[in-house]
Amino acid sequence: MLSRTADHLFWMSRYTERAENTARMLDVNYQTSLLPQSAAVARVGWQGLLSISELLPAYNTQYGDIVPRDVMEFMVKDEENPSSIISCLRAARENARAVRGSLTTEAWETQNQTWLEARRMLRDGEFERDPAQFFDWVKFRSHLSRGVTQGTMLQDEAYHFLRLGTFLERADNTARLVDVKFHALESDFYGAASEKDQEYDFYHWSSILRSVSAFEIYRKVYRDVIKPERVADLLILRADMPRSLHASLVEVVRNLAQVSNDQSAETQRRAGKLLADLQYGRIDEILATGLHAFLTQFLDRVNELGMRISRDFLIPSSS
Amino acid sequence: MLKFDEMYTQLPIEGSDIREHYKAYGQWLARQPGASMRARREEAEMIFRRVGITFAVYGAKDEDGSGTERLIPFDLIPRIIPAHEWRSMEKGLVQRVTALNRFIHDVYHGQEIIKAGIVPAEQIMNNAQFRPEMMGVDVPNQIYSQISGIDIVRAPDAKGNGEYYVLEDNLRVPSGVSYMLENRKMMMRLFPDLFSQNRVAPVAHYPDLLLETLRASAPPATAEPTVVVLTPGMYNSAYFEHAFLAQQMGVELVEGQDLLVKDDFVWMRTTRGLRKVDVIYRRVDDDFLDPEVFRPNSTLGCAGLMRAYKAGNVAICNSVGTGVADDKSIYPYVPKMIEFYLGEKPILNNVPTYMCRNKDDLSYVLANLKDLVVKEVHGAGGYGMLVGPAATKAEIEDFRKAVEANPSGYIAQPTLSLSSCPTFVESGIAPRHIDLRPFVLSGKEVQMVPGGLTRVALKEGSLVVNSSQGGGTKDTWILEDDASPAPAVASQSQKQSA
Repeated sequence: MLSRTADHLFWMSRYTERAENTARMLDVNYQTSLLPQSAAVARVGWQGLLSISELLPAYNTQYGDIVPRDVMEFMVKDEENPSSIISCLRAARENARAVRGSLTTEAWETQNQTWLEARRMLRDGEFERDPAQFFDWVKFRSHLSRGVTQGTMLQDEAYHFLRLGTFLERADNTARLVDVKFHALESDFYGAASEKDQEYDFYHWSSILRSVSAFEIYRKVYRDVIKPERVADLLILRADMPRSLHASLVEVVRNLAQVSNDQSAETQRRAGKLLADLQYGRIDEILATGLHAFLTQFLDRVNELGMRISRDFLIPSSS
Repeated sequence: MLKFDEMYTQLPIEGSDIREHYKAYGQWLARQPGASMRARREEAEMIFRRVGITFAVYGAKDEDGSGTERLIPFDLIPRIIPAHEWRSMEKGLVQRVTALNRFIHDVYHGQEIIKAGIVPAEQIMNNAQFRPEMMGVDVPNQIYSQISGIDIVRAPDAKGNGEYYVLEDNLRVPSGVSYMLENRKMMMRLFPDLFSQNRVAPVAHYPDLLLETLRASAPPATAEPTVVVLTPGMYNSAYFEHAFLAQQMGVELVEGQDLLVKDDFVWMRTTRGLRKVDVIYRRVDDDFLDPEVFRPNSTLGCAGLMRAYKAGNVAICNSVGTGVADDKSIYPYVPKMIEFYLGEKPILNNVPTYMCRNKDDLSYVLANLKDLVVKEVHGAGGYGMLVGPAATKAEIEDFRKAVEANPSGYIAQPTLSLSSCPTFVESGIAPRHIDLRPFVLSGKEVQMVPGGLTRVALKEGSLVVNSSQGGGTKDTWILEDDASPAPAVASQSQKQSA
C-alpha cells in the first residue's frame, strides 16, 4: 500500500487511542476530585495529569494556576492544545478522511460521526453538564472504532498499520499513566506509616486501576487488597491484561511481523527485545532498579520504535 | 417566454395534467403527507453528513468557523426521463463524444479540419488550452477524453415542446458522478417502495465501467495494468468523489507526492518499495500535472510525468490537452465536426451561439446584452457569466466594457428557458430550473450508464445550477420502458396458502 496511506492509518488509530486514554485519565481525576481531599492533594492529581502528557508548560502559559475546571477545559475542548480530546478526534478524523477509500464505509463513518458528534456535544454544553458521561462517550467511540475496523476490514496491510498505531500508542499511554501516578505519590513505595496515608494510597492505586478498567480485574486476578507492587505487575507484566505494556507489545510485534519489508528487520528485532524484557521480567527486579527509571527507559524505546516504523514504512523513500 | 416543465403539461401547475412518464410518481407524491417528506429530507441530510458527502467552497468557513465542508442540497423529487428520449440522447452522446475524440486526435496530428477550412487555425493554435507538447503524441486507441461530462438542458421549442440542447462539453476533469451514484443510493434508502413501482434503470455499475475504460487505456504492453486515481488532496472541492471512485474501483488514491518518475516510468511509493503505475485517472488540471513542463511550482503533480506519457509508458486519463475541444469558443463548431469526421447529421442540438470574435456577432451581442447569456470563453463553474434578463443595468454595463475590451474572450447565447422540475423547497413544492450531466466513457467502445447528474437551481427563477452558486442535485430516473408502469404492489407480500 502507499506509504502515505499507511501513515494516515497509523496516525488515525494513534489519535483515537490517545483521545480514549485522555478521557480515561480525566475521568478518574474527575471522580477522585469528588472525594473529600485537601486542595493540595487534588492539585497534585491535576498537575500529574498534565505532566503525563508533557503539557504542564503549555498549560501554565495559557491558564496560569492549576484550576480543575481550567485543566478539564484545556484537555477536552481547547483546539490550541494538540493533545486535547477534540484535537485528537479531529486529527483522527482528518487522517481517516485523507484515506477514506482505504477504510471500510463503516470504519470511515464511525470516525466522521465521532467528530461531528463531539463538536455538537461541546457546542451544546453537554460536556459541562455531565463530564463523566462525556468521557464515557469518548471511550465507547474508541471501542466502536476498534470494533468496526476489526469487524469489517480485510486483514491486509491497512488493518495491520491501524493495529500498530493503536498498540504503540497504548503502550506509551499506559506507561505514562503508571509512571506519573507512582511518581506523584511521595510516600514510600512499600506503604505509608499512618492509617490515613494508607487510605489515601488506596484511593490512588484504585484510581490507577479504574482508569484502565482494571479494578475488577485486579480483584479477580490477585484476590487481595490493593497493593502497589501488584498494581504495577498487572499493568506492566500481565500478558492477559488488555491495556498492559506486555499485552500492547505483543500486538506491536505481531502486527509489525505482518507488514515487514526489506528494511524493517532491525525495527522488528528491537520490538522483539522490548517484548522479551516484559515477558521474562519480574516485578521485584523492576522495582529494585526503580520503577521510574524502568518506565522512562520503556518510553524512550517505544518512542524509538515509532520513529523507526515511520522511517521503514511511512516516510516515502526517494529511491 | 414559453415554459416547459418535466412533470406537468403546463405552468403554473394549477389545472395542469401530469405527463405520462410521471403519472405513477405523481400519484405517489400526492399521497405523501408534507411532514413525512420533510422528515425524509432531514434524514437524507443527516446521512450525507455522516457519510461525509461534502464539497469544499473555496475561501468559505462553516458556522463555527472551523471548516469549509458543505453539503450539496439534495432534492427528494426525482427527474424522470422516458426510455425513448434516453435512447435517442444516448445515441447523440455516443456520436458527439466520438467526434470530439476524433477532433482532439486531429488537432494534435494532421489538423485536417483546419485544412478543410471548418475551424479557423487561430481558434485552435491561439487557444490557451492547446498543448503544443501533445503534437504528434500517440495515445492508446486514439482516445483522449475517456470520461466526458456533457451538460444538457431542455428548453421549449417554438411550439412549447421540450427539446434537448447540449450546453457544454466537459472533457478535462468532469465531476459529479459520485453524486449521481449517492443520490440513487439515498433515494432507494428513503423510498424503497418507489423502486418496486417504477422500473428505474440502475446506475450502480458505473465504477465497473469506469475501471474497464481505464484498463482499456493502458499502454498496449501491460497485461495487468495498475490503475490509480490522482487527487490534488483532501482540501480539493471534489475530494469526496476522488476517494469514492478509487474505493469503488478498488484502486489506490494517490497524491503527487506519492508518485515518482524513474527511467521514464511512473512509480508509486509503497510500504514495500516502489510499484509501477500504468494508468492514471487524474483529477488534477493540465497546468499542475508536471512541473517540468507546465507550472514549475506545482506540487500537485509529478515531475517527469509528461516524459513517461510521451514515451508511452503510462496512460493519463483524460489525456493532456483535451481542453482545446471543450472550450466555449470551440463549442459552436461541434455540429460541423460531427459531419466532418463521421459524415452524420448531429443527433443532439447545439444552442445557437454568437462568437464575439466575429464583427457581426459582436455588434448583435452588444445591442442585445439584456436578452442574452454572455459567457467568458474560459470560464467555468458558473463564474464569469452574465445572464442578461436577470442582471442589473450596472452589471450589463460592466460586461459591455469587458466584451468590448476583449471580444474573442466571450460568446453569447439566447437566454434559454431551461425546463423546470417540481422541487421540494421551503414553501412547499415549486418548479425550479434543472440541467443534466450524463457521463460518457470512451474505452474500447463508447458507453455510459443510463442516467446522469441532474442539477437544480434552488433559487426561484435562477438559471444557474452550479453547486458553488447555490445549486442542488436530484436523482435522475431513466425509465426502462415506456409501457405503463407496473401496478402499485401492496407493500406486504401475500401470505402463501399451504
